[in-house]
Amino acid sequence: MPGREEGRRNLSEAAPRRVITAVAMSGILVMVFILLFLMKEGMPILRDASITELAAGRLWYPVSSPPLFGMMPLIAGSMAVTLVSSVLAIPFGVALALFLTEICPKRISGFFKITLEILGFLPSVVLGFIGMTVIAPYLQVRLELLSGLNLMNASMLLGVMILPTVATLSEESLHAVPQSQRDASYALGATRCETMFKVVLPGASRGIAQAAILGVMRSLGETMVVLMASGGAALLPESVFDPVRPLTSAVAAEMGETSVGSGHYHALFFMGCILLLFTLVLNVLVIKIESRREAN
Amino acid sequence: MKKAGCEGGSKALLASQPSLGEPRDMSGLRPGYAVWRKITDSLSTFLLWAAMAFVAAVLCSIIAFLAAKGGGTLSWEFVTEPPRNGMTEGGIVTPIVGTLQLILVSMCFAFPVGVTTAVYFNEYARGGALKKTLRLAMRSLASIPSVVLGLFGLAFFCAFLRFGTSLLSAGLTLGCMVLPTIVTASETALANVPQDYRDAARALGATEWQTIYGVVLPTAFPGIITGGILSVGRVAGETAPIMFTGAVYFAPGFARNLFDSVMALPYHVYVLATAGTNIERTTPLQYGTILVLLAVVLGISITGMAARSRLRKDVL
Repeated sequence: MPGREEGRRNLSEAAPRRVITAVAMSGILVMVFILLFLMKEGMPILRDASITELAAGRLWYPVSSPPLFGMMPLIAGSMAVTLVSSVLAIPFGVALALFLTEICPKRISGFFKITLEILGFLPSVVLGFIGMTVIAPYLQVRLELLSGLNLMNASMLLGVMILPTVATLSEESLHAVPQSQRDASYALGATRCETMFKVVLPGASRGIAQAAILGVMRSLGETMVVLMASGGAALLPESVFDPVRPLTSAVAAEMGETSVGSGHYHALFFMGCILLLFTLVLNVLVIKIESRREAN
Repeated sequence: MKKAGCEGGSKALLASQPSLGEPRDMSGLRPGYAVWRKITDSLSTFLLWAAMAFVAAVLCSIIAFLAAKGGGTLSWEFVTEPPRNGMTEGGIVTPIVGTLQLILVSMCFAFPVGVTTAVYFNEYARGGALKKTLRLAMRSLASIPSVVLGLFGLAFFCAFLRFGTSLLSAGLTLGCMVLPTIVTASETALANVPQDYRDAARALGATEWQTIYGVVLPTAFPGIITGGILSVGRVAGETAPIMFTGAVYFAPGFARNLFDSVMALPYHVYVLATAGTNIERTTPLQYGTILVLLAVVLGISITGMAARSRLRKDVL
């Protein structure tokens, strides 16, 4: 009976398809649960404090009575660390990418790429440790500071962390600039420097922007380095050598000490929501740039 | 219309240029401009070399520094004995085993789900809203800060599903973290399987599933495993997602089941570095632990990298 045989085959076709599609959808489920549970645990803080108090309050004393949940110093800390590390690491990362595509002889470029990749594999807790034991004492003695654990220390280490991301992604987009454009530039008598900065870099600008945003995203969300090296003072920083307490480090440091369901607990989840919001916005930006690149 | 305009423009441009072979009049340029160009060219080359050399030097000095400081602590006892005396003496076998257990649990979740998702993307999905949504979910998941995933693990696995502060909660949280990495790596491996293989299998009468299971997956397997190894390296080194989901300051022994809490190497480094009361006695332990962590993470990652480069050579 060919009909029945065919029916059985169709069934054995449909089953794996359904199972695989269902399992694959668990990714969507995870993402939805993350949004749901962070909101569920974070939003109750709005019963204790208004959104303006949270965002504009300058005092973070979550365990005093009455507790004060001003998150401005923490948000400012996150912004400051992200800004300084990006300013340090993004130009540096792009320079490395230029070196790898335009200058480095092919024979040894593999070695340097491996170096960058290994740098990217370094666990963040190891870099945080270096910040505590090597950079902090050095900064303290050299610049006569009260403490070497500060904004600058954390930003330098974060810079090291995001450097491989920025460099590798920029390198990919520089690589995608057609060789004919370089040839044309050289044929017009341009030097290598002029070709790099006036032809290759502008040609890869979208890809580099994307790499830079991904770097910013990583440095905003990085936890262990800022937890160990940023000093941990919930104050608005006035110089790059002031200690700060970014959102991620506040969550990591304080979550262990709160009781589930307290105002402090909900406030920490609310910070998680803020971080999530920032990263998702940056993510949308990356996707926008990417779709424009593909359209071109 | 537009095209005609363009052509007219380029003709006008051509007319204004000196014709080929005629030396261009450079007298209008600043004197010394040629020298300036030469200097910027050499300078940029030098600076870019220096930048790369600096990065390589930073990496080498970090590793050399840690090896020099921690090398003395390493011994067979250090990696086979549990911590003793309030963690001021003894070894680190408990966190080592804890980290291995965390890797195992996270991979038991993330590897099958990740590979299945990649199969869906590469073999089954036909475009459409579902595929787009899943793609967006994966990219968002990849961008979430690890500490936020830790919060999610705490609220969902520990509290809502009542797994408590346990190996299972921490492992699943780590699994969520590496899921996108595994999906991307597996997708690349599946995309590298030539379409001819699929066509040949189908022409022999194999069903879609038989083709995937019998031909596509075995061919892509080395690439998928390589991606898996690289993500194991990440799992081994992460601290933030496990801090409040399963890793503890001190555990008297190994986790006997999924609902026990564990010690983990990266968290142990953090604990020794920040909570130590007896700094003089814990300093050698700190450097020793870091060195072991580094050896585990870099060992796994470099294995993955080596496997990948061999694979690429095989493909070519």
